[in-house]
Amino acid sequence: MEVSRGVKNKLIVSASPHLHKDESVSKIMWMVVLSLMPAGVAAVFIFGMPTLWVIILGVISAVIAEGIIQIFTKRKLTVFDGSAILTGLLLAYNLPPHVPFWLPIIGSFFAIAIGKQVFGGLGQNIFNPALVGRVFLMASWPNYMTAFTKPLNYDAITSATPLAIIKEGKILESVSYLDLFLGKRGGCIGEVCILALLLGAIFLLLKGYISWHIPIPYIFTVGLFAYIFGHQGLFKGDWIFHILSGGLILGAFFMATDYVTSPLTRKGQIIFGIGCGLITAIIRLWGGYPEGVSYAILMMNAATPIIDRYTKNRIYGTK
Amino acid sequence: MKKFIHEFLRGIIKENPTFVLVLGLCPTLAVSVSVINGIGMGIAASFVLLGSNIIISLIKKIVPGRIRIPCYIVVIATFVTITEMAMKAYSPPLNRALGIYVPLIVVNCIVLGRAEAYASKATVMNSLFDGLGMGVGFTLALILISAIREFLGAGKLLGFTLFKGFEPVFVLGMPSGALLVIGLLLGFFNVLKNRKV
Repeated sequence: MEVSRGVKNKLIVSASPHLHKDESVSKIMWMVVLSLMPAGVAAVFIFGMPTLWVIILGVISAVIAEGIIQIFTKRKLTVFDGSAILTGLLLAYNLPPHVPFWLPIIGSFFAIAIGKQVFGGLGQNIFNPALVGRVFLMASWPNYMTAFTKPLNYDAITSATPLAIIKEGKILESVSYLDLFLGKRGGCIGEVCILALLLGAIFLLLKGYISWHIPIPYIFTVGLFAYIFGHQGLFKGDWIFHILSGGLILGAFFMATDYVTSPLTRKGQIIFGIGCGLITAIIRLWGGYPEGVSYAILMMNAATPIIDRYTKNRIYGTK
Repeated sequence: MKKFIHEFLRGIIKENPTFVLVLGLCPTLAVSVSVINGIGMGIAASFVLLGSNIIISLIKKIVPGRIRIPCYIVVIATFVTITEMAMKAYSPPLNRALGIYVPLIVVNCIVLGRAEAYASKATVMNSLFDGLGMGVGFTLALILISAIREFLGAGKLLGFTLFKGFEPVFVLGMPSGALLVIGLLLGFFNVLKNRKV
């Protein structure tokens, strides 16, 4: 009792042992931003300088949007807790490399305003804000959102993504697994260089900021479905190609694992990952779009509350 | 007279059918793609609302309580048929643009709602001004929503292109965009209302 004299009564102290961890939401956000850096550097190297401007514009406008809304609604200003920066960064990573300058600005504003602040700010949003922004841009300006640039060719020549080529029923040439792994292909800024993304993902996994319970079932399900139902025939599908192409690695490790919009329990997270994988595979193999990672994650975001309800942990000692 | 003006204004601001009562969202979502459609729908609904409010208020004493809803529907359907025929005769393009949503005014919850909640209990003159106010409120709401959607979603206003080189927000022309616009406007009006109190 002597110790807790200074502590206000409203603080509820649970049973010991008490471990203090030097973590905060802000620190985790910054760590995720840091882990995304290699992919950004790789993208600038692959697609040229305009890519850097898209990333910078996305981040800055996300921060400004958050600031404006928080000042306007007289809430506490938390623009530098890293969450807005992360949203802007992820949104920019979800854009093609050579988009007009206003696209990342509008996308970031929409992501922060409609995706996050409308629900009450950090921790209240139902959907991943960056993906809300991306889907809005995709539905509004599909012509810009699907104009991908040829890799390692700084003249902004457009080329289809490998997934889009497969979707049209053409045969993919001149893209080896190594090209896909290193990012020598058309695609969104952040999704192309798998090597850089995996570096960031391993960092997050080792530090314990994300767990394997969402990404691994997600990737496994997509691979399994691509193997069974792939275009090459039953049980002959090119599953390595499906795992390495599109935004699967970026989505699985960095967007599906968003703390706010994914289930709380381990069991729920595995269900979430498998659901994402199922929807992604269905859209890729039979849907209208060549790529389905963003829609899959958004749909499973919507299912998160119900997953949480049915996977509640049993309280020890009760039935 | 002051009382009638009060009845009239109530439908426009304090009990705006779209933004306060949140009634009649189906036609609002469907036709608010362009301002012309919005005005057409608003006027059609206003006419039906006005007519049905007057007639229902007149017959409120002789309608048996248990079958009042079918009676109201017959009255409303009469006015809807008149509207539809007039629209077909004088403005076929508008009729084609509004399509099924003109006959569907029969089940528009604003019309039935006012009949049940107001006209069946109030005097004829009060009902008249109530119908007029609700109709104008609905029309104004439709114009506001459709102006935003037409301007941002197609870069036009009343069918005229405003800016060259403006890249329209395609999604606002779709039903999901209508939900977005209505939701944001509802929030905006709620903020205004709470600030006043």
